[in-house]
Amino acid sequence: MSDNKNAKMKRIYLDYAATTPTDQRVKDAMGRFWTEEFGNAGGLYEEGRRAKENLRASREQIARAIGARPDEIIFTSGGTESDNLAIFGVSGAAKHGHIITTEFEHHAVLEPCQRLKKEGFDVTFLDVGEDGIVKPENVKRSLRPETILVSIMYANNEIGTIQPIAEIGKIIKEFKGGGAGYPYFHTDACQAAGYLDLNVNKLGVDLMTVNGSKIYGPKGIGFLYKRAGVKIKPQIIGGGQEMRMRSGTEPVALIVGLAKALEIAQAERVAESARLAPLRDYFVSEIQRRVPKVILNGHPAKRLPNNINISILDIEGEALVLYLDAKRISFSTGSACTSESLEPSHVILALGKPYEFAHASMRFTMGRSTTKEDLDYVLNELPNAVLWLRKVSPLNLEAGAKSMSHPEAFAGENLKVKAKSKSYK
Amino acid sequence: MNNKQDIDVINQYTGEKWYYSDIVKDHFFHPRNLLWERPKDESEYDAHGMVGSPACGDMMEMWMKIDPATARVKDLKWKTFGCASAIAATSMFSVMVTENGGLSVEEALKVRPQDVMLRLGGLPNRKIHCSVLADKAFQKIANDYFRKTGRFDKIVVEGARVIDPRLNITDKDIEEAVLEGAQNLEDVQKKLKVGVGASEEVKTEVEQLVRFYKDKYYG
Ligand code: FES
Repeated sequence: MSDNKNAKMKRIYLDYAATTPTDQRVKDAMGRFWTEEFGNAGGLYEEGRRAKENLRASREQIARAIGARPDEIIFTSGGTESDNLAIFGVSGAAKHGHIITTEFEHHAVLEPCQRLKKEGFDVTFLDVGEDGIVKPENVKRSLRPETILVSIMYANNEIGTIQPIAEIGKIIKEFKGGGAGYPYFHTDACQAAGYLDLNVNKLGVDLMTVNGSKIYGPKGIGFLYKRAGVKIKPQIIGGGQEMRMRSGTEPVALIVGLAKALEIAQAERVAESARLAPLRDYFVSEIQRRVPKVILNGHPAKRLPNNINISILDIEGEALVLYLDAKRISFSTGSACTSESLEPSHVILALGKPYEFAHASMRFTMGRSTTKEDLDYVLNELPNAVLWLRKVSPLNLEAGAKSMSHPEAFAGENLKVKAKSKSYK
Repeated sequence: MNNKQDIDVINQYTGEKWYYSDIVKDHFFHPRNLLWERPKDESEYDAHGMVGSPACGDMMEMWMKIDPATARVKDLKWKTFGCASAIAATSMFSVMVTENGGLSVEEALKVRPQDVMLRLGGLPNRKIHCSVLADKAFQKIANDYFRKTGRFDKIVVEGARVIDPRLNITDKDIEEAVLEGAQNLEDVQKKLKVGVGASEEVKTEVEQLVRFYKDKYYG
C-alpha cells in the first residue's frame, strides 16, 4: 500500500476523553508481567516477594507524581470504583451528614450521591452556571457543620471545563479552621490527569480519583488517593489487600502500566497542552466560521486543551456520529438517542440549555496523535454532513433559545417530555 | 457521555456488524420521500402532522397528498429530528404507504411499526420507539385529513387514562416506560422514579398494561 493510500484509509479518532490507546512505553513496561513476573504479591516466596517489590515501586512512582505518600494510594479497578469508594466510603464511615457535589459530575459520583440522598443523607447539588464552572463562593455558602464531604470534579468529562479545585480546597481548609476531620474534599481527576497539575497538597484535596484508560495507560485500573487519617469504609472486602481498603489480588501488570502512564502524562502535560490548546481554538473558530448556528458549550478558555464540545443546532447527534463514522471520523454525542436511558446529556442541561441543545451536542476530544491535518479533514467533511442533516430536520432553532422549540408536538398527545429533572408539557 | 463501545454492535436480527441492518443504513444515507424545502403554501398538501417522541424527545413532521381519483396516498413527505433509526423507519414507512399505487388512508393506518421494522431488517430493541414515531405522526396526519374532509367519526385521538390516581400516572406513562425498555412492574417503577401501584388493583392494572404494550411493540 502506498503512503498516500494509507493516509486515505486512516481513521480520525477524536474521542480521547472516552478512552486513549495504550502508550507503547507503557506496554513495554508491562511486558514482563504477564508470563514471567506473574506472582501474587501476597506470597512469601521469591515470586511473591518480587511482585510485592514491583508493587511498592509503582506505588512510590505514583505517590511522587501527585506529591503524596505511598501508603495513601489505593489501587482499584478504575475511575468508577474509585469514585464509588470515595463517596460510599466516606458516607459509610460517617453514617449520616451533608454532602456537597455538582449537577454535572460524572455518573460515577452523581449516582452514588443520588442514592445516598434517597437513603437519608442531605445532598446539595451545586449549579455550574452557563460556563460550566462552579463558583467557589457557592461552595463556601453551602458548607455546614454537618457537611462530611465535598466532591467536585477537576475537569468535566463532556465539556472539559476546569474547576477551581485549589481555591475550593482553601475554602474548605479555612472552614475547618486548620483542624483535620470533616468535611473531606474529593475530586475526580480522570480527565485532568493528562493536562493539569495533580499535586494533592497544592490542590488541598483529601481524596482524588485517577484512572489508566484516559492517560494512555491500561484499562481496568485506577487509584484513589486517600490522605492519611481520612476515614472511609471499604466497599470490597475479603483478603484485606490495599491496607484493608480494597481487597482483591493486585493486578501487578496493570499497576505497573498505570504508574508508567501517569509518570509520562505528568512529564509531558505542559508541552502537550501547549500543542493542543491552539488546535482546539483553531477548530472552534473555523467550525463557527464555516457552519452557522454552532454553539461552544462551556467556558472557551478555562477548559482542557483537548476538549471541543459544540451544539450544532437542529441536528441530532447519533445521526451525525453515524454519518461521519462513514467518513472515518470518530467522536461522541450527548444526544438522548445514543444513551441507554434515552436521557440527553445531564451536563449540557446543567448549563441551562434546552434539551435540543443536548441532543445536538457533539464532543471532539483530541490526543497525542491528533494533528492539524486531521482537524482540517474534519472541518472539510463536517459542513456537508451538517447541511444534509439540517435538510432532514424539521427544526429551526434560535441560537439563544432557552426553552423547548415545539412543545405542541408533544402536548397534543397529553405527553410529558422528560429531560432529566425537567419535564416539558 | 455515551461511548459507542457500550453498544452491542451486532444487530440482533441480522448478525450484521454495523449498528443497524444494511437496509436501515441505506435508508439512513439515502432517505426516500424526504421533504427538501418546506412548502411555501401549506395547501399544496392535503394534510399535515407533527409529533414528538415521548421516549427520547425527538420530533417528526409529515405532509401528505391524496390522489383525488383513487383516494389513495400519492405523496407522503417528511422531516425528522431524530436518530438514524427514526430517519430510516420514516423513510421506509413512506415507501410502504405510497408504493404500488399507494394505500388508502385507512389501510395506511393499519401499517404497524413491526411491519416497518420487518422491512428494515430489524432494529435494536432500544430503537423500537423510533419506528413508533412514524406511526404516531401518520395517525396525526390522518386525523388532519379526516378533519379536513369532514369525516370526524374517523378521527382517533390518543387520550391518556389515569391508572394510578395517587400519582397521576397514565397509560401513556406506562407505554412510554415500555418503549424505553421496561419489562415489568419493577422496571416501570424505576423508569417513572415513583412507586407506582400502591394498591393491588393498580398493580395488576399496571402489569396488564405492561404486557399489552410489550405485545403491541415487541410481540
Ligand atoms: S429518534 Fe431518538 S432514539 Fe431514535
